[in-house]
Amino acid sequence: MSHFELDARRMFCPMPVIRTQDKIKELNTGDTLEVVSTDPGALNDIPAWCRINGHKVIETRDADDEVFILIEVCDV
Amino acid sequence: MSQQRKAVALISGGLDSLLAARVMLEQGIHVEGINFFTGFCVEGHTHAIRKQDKSKPKRNNALWSAEQLGIKLHIIDIVEEYKDVLINPKHGYGKNMNPCLDCKIFMVNKAKQWAEENDFDFIITGEVIGQRPMSQRKDTMPVVSRESGADDRLLRPLCAQNLPETLPEKEGWVKRDELFGFSGRNRKPQMALAKKYGFEDYAKPAGGCCFLTDESYSAKLVDLWDARGTREYEMDDIMLLKVGRHIRPAPHYKLIIGREDGENKFLQGYKNNFITFKTMDCPGPLTLLDGVATDKDLELAAQISARFSQGRDKDSVTIEARRTNGDTTTLVVKPMPASEINPEWYV
Ligand code: SF4
Repeated sequence: MSHFELDARRMFCPMPVIRTQDKIKELNTGDTLEVVSTDPGALNDIPAWCRINGHKVIETRDADDEVFILIEVCDV
Repeated sequence: MSQQRKAVALISGGLDSLLAARVMLEQGIHVEGINFFTGFCVEGHTHAIRKQDKSKPKRNNALWSAEQLGIKLHIIDIVEEYKDVLINPKHGYGKNMNPCLDCKIFMVNKAKQWAEENDFDFIITGEVIGQRPMSQRKDTMPVVSRESGADDRLLRPLCAQNLPETLPEKEGWVKRDELFGFSGRNRKPQMALAKKYGFEDYAKPAGGCCFLTDESYSAKLVDLWDARGTREYEMDDIMLLKVGRHIRPAPHYKLIIGREDGENKFLQGYKNNFITFKTMDCPGPLTLLDGVATDKDLELAAQISARFSQGRDKDSVTIEARRTNGDTTTLVVKPMPASEINPEWYV
């Protein structure tokens, strides 16, 4: 189980969602991924994508015009 | 027990694709959604840029549709490949710069490839005959099936009864008599079906879900191509066409003037790519200059920029012009009166 980070700054939705989706394809069950985005829409869209596709959002937060979404990759 | 068949559904985020997928689920088909991002989708971008929209909860309608349906959604970035569709559409453009027929063919073809790679049996779309003037006519429906290569593996559940039988119908994977025969621009049958399925808060975008059907956006795109003498574009170009007032005082340069704080902040992010102007002694817009400019052009650009600042009625406004290398020049200018801004400069 490893931790990964994805820099999706200066992109607008749905690009952060697409990048998250593509990154998760490369990861294994149990890995965690923290996505950083400057589009606040990512706070809705990435968790929605995770709900649909069966991955778990562990935490979301925003600070200094950036939003952070921590995801656990689940077995789907 | 017979094998459960699998369909990939083109999900745009609108009602028709939502219903088409729902009709398939009703017939016991395994459905997964696919959504294509061309760069011109209304989804997302402008909500994020314009400050006033931030108060409204924003959602991606394709994701919302998938969640309502309880299906997976695969979002595919086709920005690069889409350039050729937009620049060289074999079937031409619609009312604006929308190459709808080529776009549909391209998307169905991509969905077909996806279906083959992922072992899916057929493709569904929410198309309805007569719904749209270009891509959804009785005579263009077979063109999409044929030129996409999907042929009889493309099923349109909402209007299937008006079209020849497709493979899923012939093979008995889906029941034709439980599909629909919708046609025309009347939305009532779709609304009734939405009610039956309990879909309430579905998206009803006034101007469609694609910037290319928008007259003003299309005019800006054509202006950009004309000014550059090439139709090539990058993601930043198409993003910038969504933001601000666009004013072209001369063929060799254009100004992009922020209309509110969210846009100003967004434009500020391009300060290392374009000459920028900002007001120093009163609140005002952030302005980008796209093109090449002489000192005289800079002066005029500053006057126009001042016109959109809160100092518009003052005798003079101080503007800082910043070059991409960080060098700045301070200009004290008289804001240009509205009457002197040539209406033809507005793109
Ligand atoms: S409106 Fe036309 S060009 Fe735009 S995405 Fe839809 S089919 Fe494609």
